Amino acid sequence: MAAKYDLNDDKVVVIIGSGAGGGTLGNELAQKGIDVVILEAGGRHEIEDFANDEWGMFGAISWLDRRTTSGSWRVARDFAGLPAWIVKAVGGSTVHWAGASLRLQEHEFKAKSVYGDVPGANLLDWPLTLKELEPYYEKAEDKMGVTGTHDIPRLPGNNNYKVMAAGAKRLGYKEFHTGNMAINSAPRDGRGSCQQIGFCFQGCKSGAKWSTLYTEIPKGEATGKLEVRANAQALQIQHDDKGKVTGVLYADKDGKQQVQKARVVCVAGNSIESPRLLLNSASSMFPDGLANSSGQVGKNYMRHMTGSVYAIFDKPVNMYRGTTMAGIIKDEGRFDPARGFVGGYEMETLSLGLPFMAAFLDPGAWGRDFASAMDGYENMAGMWLVGEDMPQEGNSVTLHASEKDQYGLPVPNVQFDDHANDLAMRSHAYKQGSAVYQAVGATRVIETPPYPSTHNLGTNRMSAKDKDGVVNKWGQTHDVKNLFISDGSQFTTGAAENPTLTIVTLAIRQAEHIADGMAKKDI
Amino acid sequence: MSQTGMNRRQFLHSSGVAVAGTVAAVGTGTVLIDANGAWALSLKALDEHTAKTLVQLCRQMYPHDRLGDVHYAKVVEGLDGKAAGDPATAKLLTEGVAGLDQAVGGVKWLHLSDGYKLEAMKRIESTPFFQAVRGAVVTGIYNDPNVWRHFGYEGPSAEFGGYIDRGFDDLAWLQDV
Repeated sequence: MAAKYDLNDDKVVVIIGSGAGGGTLGNELAQKGIDVVILEAGGRHEIEDFANDEWGMFGAISWLDRRTTSGSWRVARDFAGLPAWIVKAVGGSTVHWAGASLRLQEHEFKAKSVYGDVPGANLLDWPLTLKELEPYYEKAEDKMGVTGTHDIPRLPGNNNYKVMAAGAKRLGYKEFHTGNMAINSAPRDGRGSCQQIGFCFQGCKSGAKWSTLYTEIPKGEATGKLEVRANAQALQIQHDDKGKVTGVLYADKDGKQQVQKARVVCVAGNSIESPRLLLNSASSMFPDGLANSSGQVGKNYMRHMTGSVYAIFDKPVNMYRGTTMAGIIKDEGRFDPARGFVGGYEMETLSLGLPFMAAFLDPGAWGRDFASAMDGYENMAGMWLVGEDMPQEGNSVTLHASEKDQYGLPVPNVQFDDHANDLAMRSHAYKQGSAVYQAVGATRVIETPPYPSTHNLGTNRMSAKDKDGVVNKWGQTHDVKNLFISDGSQFTTGAAENPTLTIVTLAIRQAEHIADGMAKKDI
Repeated sequence: MSQTGMNRRQFLHSSGVAVAGTVAAVGTGTVLIDANGAWALSLKALDEHTAKTLVQLCRQMYPHDRLGDVHYAKVVEGLDGKAAGDPATAKLLTEGVAGLDQAVGGVKWLHLSDGYKLEAMKRIESTPFFQAVRGAVVTGIYNDPNVWRHFGYEGPSAEFGGYIDRGFDDLAWLQDV
């Protein structure tokens, strides 16, 4: 039975956001007997509300509140009001994520030491090692049912995978398979196995894909220690004159302002809203924003080096049939500066339905050349390229000087320029992706530019020293003892891998730390 | 799609009425009828010339020879509906077509050669008018389940139990490459 807490109950841990970070942390704390209130800005859409409808679900679950963009990235031109493609709903972006669950590599935690001085990059080593995280990665993979771990068989390869794998083999790549996916290949944890429906980005209709919406959250609620308040938009984190946070001002489902008191506040609103909330919580004691003595809140925004290659063959592929991202080539994930860039990238199968393909294949394009590519849809195969981008202090989430949202608060602006290393990596990735398909007879390959960011990282980064970042190795802010960051904005650097598994891993570990600190009355 | 438009088309289809390139006044609106009688479009806000031009403009933006005009006309039906409820949209579309008609030598765009049609489009491609129409085609045509089969896209699968027994891994031609 889900709990219900009083607004004046100052014993609760308040978590802002219910996605990979917030939803996991909420359940983990509730399992330890800690009282938790999750404030979720979006509504609660259950599996039965999902539809195999790309635009319909986009309208229903995406974060579409006003945002602005600046900088030279192409997203600012093609999707000026939509820097990020993330979810505003209970479950957060775990509702629409693809399920790829990869551990970060050991050297990626030491980017500054290993990559050296990269001009223009604000690199830093994580105050964490892979070894420290390994036991928590184990727990996360078990919790999420990641294929290829814990003796869980991998998913079967669909047509899109078959084409990519054949090309990879021809090219001499060694490590390719259907991935480490948080999608059941066999029934597990009360959920069925993947029915190869496709439409992974529209909410999994079978529930085979892990999402906090129907795993962590109901499990947490069943303890009687977790209340999830949907349609509750956090506006400001409040503090006392000792500099400890005391509660969260939010707008409830009717737009009425409420304050939920709190013993501890954990921010997990994804890498745009989380720094925005800290900046919007500025006070006379924290004039530059809460927990921002370093000046790093909102800085070092990362979105992964991304791009896609779609290839057209002379025979049908029907890439949209089946799991969207169950296919990976890992050979380019390594550190090998001989390629002309630091960091690595992954190649992962990807397909879009016809409606989204028209919008994203080459945004803004029109005319016979574009139309002829769309005519080849049935014969198309596709992959996503995802790699480590360089943190740059100038890439940032800031408060807009004049534009306000429906609550009268400044909207966020997302500024981004590709680093030269990002461009060199993307060019290499496009060439290799094209080569994979050309090796098996592609008649045309298309280099598709980045979509609005799905991996938003780094804007409240983790650092050993308080002057270099916003949080310590536990996600606890350097400045405020009972304030934590619990999402991907903690990432010190981006690494090459899809970030969800690491966000879940950090949340499991953070829950232990918070429970321990509360028991010892440290927080 | 408006119910009126659908009824009108169904009526024409069932009664076998085929009036070549005819325009008829019905109430306050105008009905645009396809030369082959394959479809008809009841206009609420736009004039005949504007609507006719828009249908062809939509096609030239995203030319798919396998698609009949009816699919492009449905996009214009949507734009007309928006214009009926929003004078600014009506103005944007009407003035946009007027601008297109002036883009090359003062010859009405519909009467231009294909090459000059393209030239005129390139000259105005950054205008709000062009982008509004382009956006409507992208999110209209390709989101219309009636066109999916022309592209070999089967769409939703959950109601059929997914693609697990419907060919998710049926690709066999790789053995030949």
